[in-house]
Amino acid sequence: MSLTREQIESIAHLARLELNVTEIPVYQESLSRILDFVGELERADTSGIEPMSHPLPGLSQRLRPDVVTEEDRRELYQANAPRVEAGLYIVPKVIE
Amino acid sequence: MHRRTLAELAAGLRKKEFSSVELTRHYLERIERGQPALNAFVTITREQALAAAEAADRELAAGRGGPLTGVPIVHKDIFCTQGVLTTCASRMLSNFVSPYDATIVAKLKAAGTVMLGKANMDEFAMGSSNETSWYGPVRNPWNPELVPGGSSGGSAAAVAARLAPAATATDTGGSIRQPAALCGVTGIKPTYGRVSRYGMIAFASSLDQGGVITVSAEDAALVLGAMAGFDPQDSTSVDTPVPDYTATLNDSVEGLKIGLLKEFFDKGLDPENEQRVREALAVYERLGARLQEVSLPNLPLSVPTYYVVAPAECSSNLARYDGVRFGYRCENPRDLMDLYKRTRGEGFGAEVKRRIMTGTYVLSAGYYDAYYLKAQKVRQLIARDFERAFQEVDVLIGPTTPTPAFALGAKTSDPITMYLNDIYTIGANLAGLPAISIPCGFVRGLPVGLQIVGRHFAEAKILNVAHVYQRETDWHLRVPPGWA
Repeated sequence: MSLTREQIESIAHLARLELNVTEIPVYQESLSRILDFVGELERADTSGIEPMSHPLPGLSQRLRPDVVTEEDRRELYQANAPRVEAGLYIVPKVIE
Repeated sequence: MHRRTLAELAAGLRKKEFSSVELTRHYLERIERGQPALNAFVTITREQALAAAEAADRELAAGRGGPLTGVPIVHKDIFCTQGVLTTCASRMLSNFVSPYDATIVAKLKAAGTVMLGKANMDEFAMGSSNETSWYGPVRNPWNPELVPGGSSGGSAAAVAARLAPAATATDTGGSIRQPAALCGVTGIKPTYGRVSRYGMIAFASSLDQGGVITVSAEDAALVLGAMAGFDPQDSTSVDTPVPDYTATLNDSVEGLKIGLLKEFFDKGLDPENEQRVREALAVYERLGARLQEVSLPNLPLSVPTYYVVAPAECSSNLARYDGVRFGYRCENPRDLMDLYKRTRGEGFGAEVKRRIMTGTYVLSAGYYDAYYLKAQKVRQLIARDFERAFQEVDVLIGPTTPTPAFALGAKTSDPITMYLNDIYTIGANLAGLPAISIPCGFVRGLPVGLQIVGRHFAEAKILNVAHVYQRETDWHLRVPPGWA
């Protein structure tokens, strides 16, 4: 399999990654090779096999009761934010 | 002091041969001297360590405290540590001071351990050589021109060079066992769900599991006992009692059925590595264990399966890094899309971006069935292979890696060659099984790892099997030249 430059740009867009011009051919080459490598899976006979949904047999994701457990720690959490004003996360203008 | 095992240090603290402050100072000095050569740390927490050591000494003086009180340890920088930089070795989190402790950090703190610092690692735990770190590569204490393995390369190098008696680590496809093997130390990856993942920065959530790197299996039993257990904060944590892992360390292995995985002794295995593993198997035979070859026909598909499942989960988990609420943000974004794209393009390194894109592709419309669903079916086949094998044998033993440590830069240009380094370790992650790597000798002056895989929740058994070997041999006590 060989991915085109346009396919790499499209994947990068879906993943919200800005790639520079030198990165695109590098990922074109390595992603194509990785997809060839994992393409080996096609040969496995998986007819009638359920896809694995949990690494431990018989277990599934546990759910907790739908009740409030967290207290408000906005100031503590916002201490890590790149830009905050008046308790709000600041991002570039979205609507003109 | 640093030539002793963690168990011996803990005993020394109780007998007041030395204080926790003395022990902590000793290791901090070794770390500060070792850091320029090895780069095993992202952060050294000198002040906090000394304060914690003083508190531990007060507990010990009052006759209180548990078996780990006053023992210094290191945390892999993937574990959130309250008030301390937690980077995951990524530029993306290079400014992130965690507002909370990971559960295992809190548990080990409550057990009285003293955190010396945060260990370097592959960025977001994606790598097998510790060369993808934003903070530069870690070097192997046995030879600084070689890699320590990854992703827990800093943890393994720190313990190997005796800069710390133990270091926490994580294992998604071999990230505890492979660096432990390449650095000549002991590393255990428990059963999926045994150790809480709360506050452990996510890479591939159906595979990630926390564990520990130590000098000996006995040390691993002590630390794992304090880390393991049910945590309501982690929805995959399993509510099963934690046994005293030290209680069964000396159980006899007479009559133990050891499975030799046919697929592990393949053409990719360095003949000298194989020789060391066969010598270790002979030790078990001498102790009365029985060897039996078993075959897991789907195991050769474990690496391709992993390189669909893990990138898929990583692309989803790493979507949270958007430059808005925490972490790195690009300069002067034009609009919101530019903010997302440049923040992520600049904040993530090359290998992380490669895995995010691989995952995005295999999950995208039209490809999901062919890749992701197919891989989860093959994963089921691999898990069933292991299940069948464990109906015949008690443990599976084989090599941890195909070769000893390789040179820095040797595999960075070819991702597939790098990925194949985990060919013997990935199976246990796909099936959620516990596994340990212990030193079993040397090839061309470099340590070789022996891997022991057990049934689900059989940590006590694999620690026992590892410990009886370490009673017969002293490979685990060898210290790299220059670090004695």
